[in-house]
Amino acid sequence: MDFIGAYSPENLTFLLSGFMVTLKVAAIAIVLSFLLGTIIAIIRYAKVPVLSQILAVAVNIIRNLPLLLIIFFMRFALPEVGINLDIMTAAIAGLTIFEAALISELIRSGLNSIDKGQIEAARSSGLNYIQTLWHIVLPQAVQRMVPPTVSQFIALLKDTSLAVVISLPELMHHARIINGGHQDYVIPIFIMVAFMYFTVNYLLSIFAKRFEAKHA
Amino acid sequence: MINFSILINYWDMFLEGFQNTLIASMIALLGSFVLGTIIAVFRIAPFRPLNWVGAAYVEFIRNIPLLLIVFVFFYGFKFGGFTAGTLGLIIYTAAFIAEAIRAGILSIPKGQTEAARSSGLTYIQTMRYVILPQAIKVVIPPLGNQSLNLVKNSSILGVVAGLDLMYYADLVSLHTYVVFSVYIIVALFYLAITIPLSFLVEYLERRLTTSY
Repeated sequence: MDFIGAYSPENLTFLLSGFMVTLKVAAIAIVLSFLLGTIIAIIRYAKVPVLSQILAVAVNIIRNLPLLLIIFFMRFALPEVGINLDIMTAAIAGLTIFEAALISELIRSGLNSIDKGQIEAARSSGLNYIQTLWHIVLPQAVQRMVPPTVSQFIALLKDTSLAVVISLPELMHHARIINGGHQDYVIPIFIMVAFMYFTVNYLLSIFAKRFEAKHA
Repeated sequence: MINFSILINYWDMFLEGFQNTLIASMIALLGSFVLGTIIAVFRIAPFRPLNWVGAAYVEFIRNIPLLLIVFVFFYGFKFGGFTAGTLGLIIYTAAFIAEAIRAGILSIPKGQTEAARSSGLTYIQTMRYVILPQAIKVVIPPLGNQSLNLVKNSSILGVVAGLDLMYYADLVSLHTYVVFSVYIIVALFYLAITIPLSFLVEYLERRLTTSY
């Protein structure tokens, strides 16, 4: 094991640049999947006819598939039906679709946890259905949603590593490139990679715990 | 649109991959259950240093990607793809199972432990006869979820040539120059395991949470 050679300034900056891509892709995917997940959850919560049934089937298929398969599919299968996504878009699309399915389930259970009496009270005091959702149900559901969403973001940061299969230039891909010619770098580099993931994810999990303790 | 003749022509390969996915998942489930139980015991045992070891394991493993663990075994220790993948799955899933088991044990009121201890049972007896039989009810639904995740995560074997469904999917699509149909077929194979499993988990969740 060659720690000194492995941790040369060039290698470390190369790893960091990969980690920046990991963070960027994860951040974009979490925002998009949160939006998409919220829309799906509201449609299913409001029981919009036809659409909510279609989404129920779609969500159950997506969340029961491996994310790896979905990412691979986005990049290599879609071109056969005329949809060409570049690596970055394919990675973000795969992650977003998968996470949105999971997040929509979290939000739906958050919405369902709001006492039905509140909705009836809001409706009978003259708010319409949209107003009730917007002013009464969503604000409470969102607060309950923060800790599970942070956990989902941690999961997403970890899952971004699966995009190595489509050569997204993220942390794991860069680690593999450095390790390519040097067997004695492998363990030191993977230790550094673990350190990077761990630091960010651990801080996030502490934040989630704090938030939970404060708002419980 | 989906070319199902590939399924018939390459049936042997799909079946081989499907079997290996099942085998890897079963081994990993058993292994991570054993390891997870040990870690959970470490975390709640009345001995501080063990608590720290257990907590460090869970916090570290939960916050790094599964793929990294698999790569350490594959590239670092030069294990074969199947072994590296399965070991990675065991080590990764054990952290989540340990947390589920710990949460189950902690959900049993402390008064029961105190009562059992003061009526003369040892710590081990208290666990064996009082706490664990009740905790198992709380633990089973999250364990079901973990096994579901495990089956999906086993696709990681494909990245290190681990002979699973994803690996054979890759092989078949290289043979046929067809990707779309091959991956739809593979998706159906995965769903054949995960959909029934998710129904089972939901059923257990309903049964076990209402039986108090």
